[in-house]
Amino acid sequence: MMRLLNVGRAALAGLALSGLTLGAVVPAQAAGEIIKIERQKWSWSGMFGRFDAAQLQRGFQVYKENCAACHTLNRVYYRNLTEPGGPQFDAERIQLLASEAQVRDGPNDDGEMFDRPARLSDRYVGPFKNEKEARAANNGAYPPDFSLIIKARSAPQDHPWYIAPFFWARDIATGYEEGGADYMYALLTSYKEEPPAYTRSPDGKLIPVAKGAEIDDDKVERCVKVVPGEVGDDGKRKPDTCNKLGEGMYYNASYPGHQIAMPAPLSKDVFVEYQNAKASMAQNARDVTAFLAWASDPRLEERKQLGLSVMIYLLIMTILLYFAKRAIWARVKH
Amino acid sequence: MSDHASTYEPKGPVSKWFDERLPIARMMHGQFVDFPTPRNLNYMWTFGGILTFCLVVQIVTGIVLAMHYVPSGEGAFDSVQKIDRDVNYGWLLQNIHAVGAHMFFFAVFIHMFRGLYYGSYKAPREILWILGVIIFLLMMATGFMGYTLPWGQMSFWGVTVITNLFSAVPIVGDAITQWLWGGYSVTGTTLNRFFALHYLLPFVIFGVVVLHVWALHVAGQNNPTGLEVKTRSDTVPMAPYAVMKDLFALAVFVILFAWFVFFAPDYLGHADNYIEANPLATPAHIVPEWYFLPFYAILRAIPSKLGGVIAMFSAVLILAFVPWLDTSKVRSAKYRPLYKWAFWAFVFTCLALGYLGAKPAEGAYVLWARIFTFLYFAYFLLAMPLLGLYETPRPRPRSITEAVLGRQDDNTAGAPVGAVGAAAAPEKR
Repeated sequence: MMRLLNVGRAALAGLALSGLTLGAVVPAQAAGEIIKIERQKWSWSGMFGRFDAAQLQRGFQVYKENCAACHTLNRVYYRNLTEPGGPQFDAERIQLLASEAQVRDGPNDDGEMFDRPARLSDRYVGPFKNEKEARAANNGAYPPDFSLIIKARSAPQDHPWYIAPFFWARDIATGYEEGGADYMYALLTSYKEEPPAYTRSPDGKLIPVAKGAEIDDDKVERCVKVVPGEVGDDGKRKPDTCNKLGEGMYYNASYPGHQIAMPAPLSKDVFVEYQNAKASMAQNARDVTAFLAWASDPRLEERKQLGLSVMIYLLIMTILLYFAKRAIWARVKH
Repeated sequence: MSDHASTYEPKGPVSKWFDERLPIARMMHGQFVDFPTPRNLNYMWTFGGILTFCLVVQIVTGIVLAMHYVPSGEGAFDSVQKIDRDVNYGWLLQNIHAVGAHMFFFAVFIHMFRGLYYGSYKAPREILWILGVIIFLLMMATGFMGYTLPWGQMSFWGVTVITNLFSAVPIVGDAITQWLWGGYSVTGTTLNRFFALHYLLPFVIFGVVVLHVWALHVAGQNNPTGLEVKTRSDTVPMAPYAVMKDLFALAVFVILFAWFVFFAPDYLGHADNYIEANPLATPAHIVPEWYFLPFYAILRAIPSKLGGVIAMFSAVLILAFVPWLDTSKVRSAKYRPLYKWAFWAFVFTCLALGYLGAKPAEGAYVLWARIFTFLYFAYFLLAMPLLGLYETPRPRPRSITEAVLGRQDDNTAGAPVGAVGAAAAPEKR
């Protein structure tokens, strides 16, 4: 009897424990604030979308001069940069570019590893040998690889339940897939010098300083996030908490949580100049986003082109099938 | 239905010789050419064929993808990207397979709701229905394991959450979980066995589908009136009538399918799955694929872990008991004024649970998830048994023919009346 009881107890304890693990694993899904990301017009959106090779070339320049010091592009091979549907650089230019980078190869016939210049068939050579080295060079933060970054990001929307289905239907009907690009553009252009300013009211509430109003730096608090004060036992509301920007972090209005370890890669004054086009920070952001969108989805043009033919074929076939069906069923009442 | 004689006549000496030894052509002809189908079937009845198409597409694309896929913790994510970027038309195969899973579930849900609305589970189709529930369970298992294979963040954390559920089973729970994982946590080993099972299960599904079709051809198809087929004039031969209608519906379905494949392949997926699985970083929101969301909502609606798991599995298994839970003598909701409302409320409940499954489990969402979980089960446990007893059904036509023509006999000029009639009738048009 005692034994049985013990088994029962052990089982209960086990249940309680496993309940805990589940609590940890089934996400409590902190209802993070959903940041509104503005949608941009992109040349590759929709049924007839295509990449603009000139834009991709400019974007590659921005990547090379501004991002490549920290971010790798592991899934892109040098040859990809010359292929149709992409930036379509001259093969010779890319060969030259590749030969400037060294890759580890071997072992050779003597059993030694050796360095040699990269070729078109090599992966784009990144700044770091591995993640550890990347972290060591970046204050412990890991600059993510860029070859899938656009597909791996999205611009979540928040609509009330009775409206949401209409937005889904619209996005499906227009083939909206550019959430990642919209997010990237927003991220690159949403750096702010400082977090927003708040003034504290006498009862401890934090009130945003109105746009355009004079800001007295001694009186305002700069908050990444305002946590409303809880109501205590005495029924009184405690003062709001102002979450300050962390050490070595930067404020970005579009980044989830608004604190990002990456310093602003572009600014109004510092951006990449183009040879044949007018450059600006926004234009840089736009172009590099386009380039990265291509790097994430190098088959996009092939896909949309084939898709168009398939759709036309299917439409004609369906119409024919419909009339065949009608003719056959005209013989019987149904 | 299956007892109707095939009108197959072997033409040449070879087919005659073959027919005497293995009359497979005779059977196929009897079951899929001159098989009598109710003449009043609407487009909801085209989803059986559409689902067969989905299964075949998944198997064919899946086999080719398996030739390029590397089922290991280290290689999986890279190989999927390699298929997308470097395999000839790899992107197309992959998109078809991934979108195909969504389309498969979309079609199966319509197929199931069709069955619930028109009472397709009632005698003599109980076995047919239960086989369908088994197929649905197998589909869920296959879909779930397939989703782990790209080995992205959602794959990894989805498996972690769902396999963890089994640890709720008293006493043996942890043992089961470790047995599933092949270790003490989800690793490449888990991926490897899920791949093996993901390759196996579709063939099991195929087998059960054969039984499902067999059972269908014994009882014959239900139809919008829910009345049994009584005379030949109630039916038309499967070919060309039902076949042509199925083909047209399939073509429309394929247009939708192709739209997603070519123009919105990632719309139904989750961006986080383009980040390689990382056991050390939990995504902010772990959300299953949309077709699991209603069940996920039920799981989270129950405050206890074991209770949630039981509720979730019951939500599927309860379907198997529907033939006996529904006490009404009338099959089709068309003639059941109250049940009709219950049905549409149930559809709304499922959609609402799906919506709530994608939302964080907090605040008002939890309350609503509980309310809709109650309504979900209330449909099966209260509405079905009670409405059958207290509802007064509307008058029904005496036969399918009467439902279509408003009279008992079919004398439409030249109309093919039965199985044999139609095949020979075209010149009478």
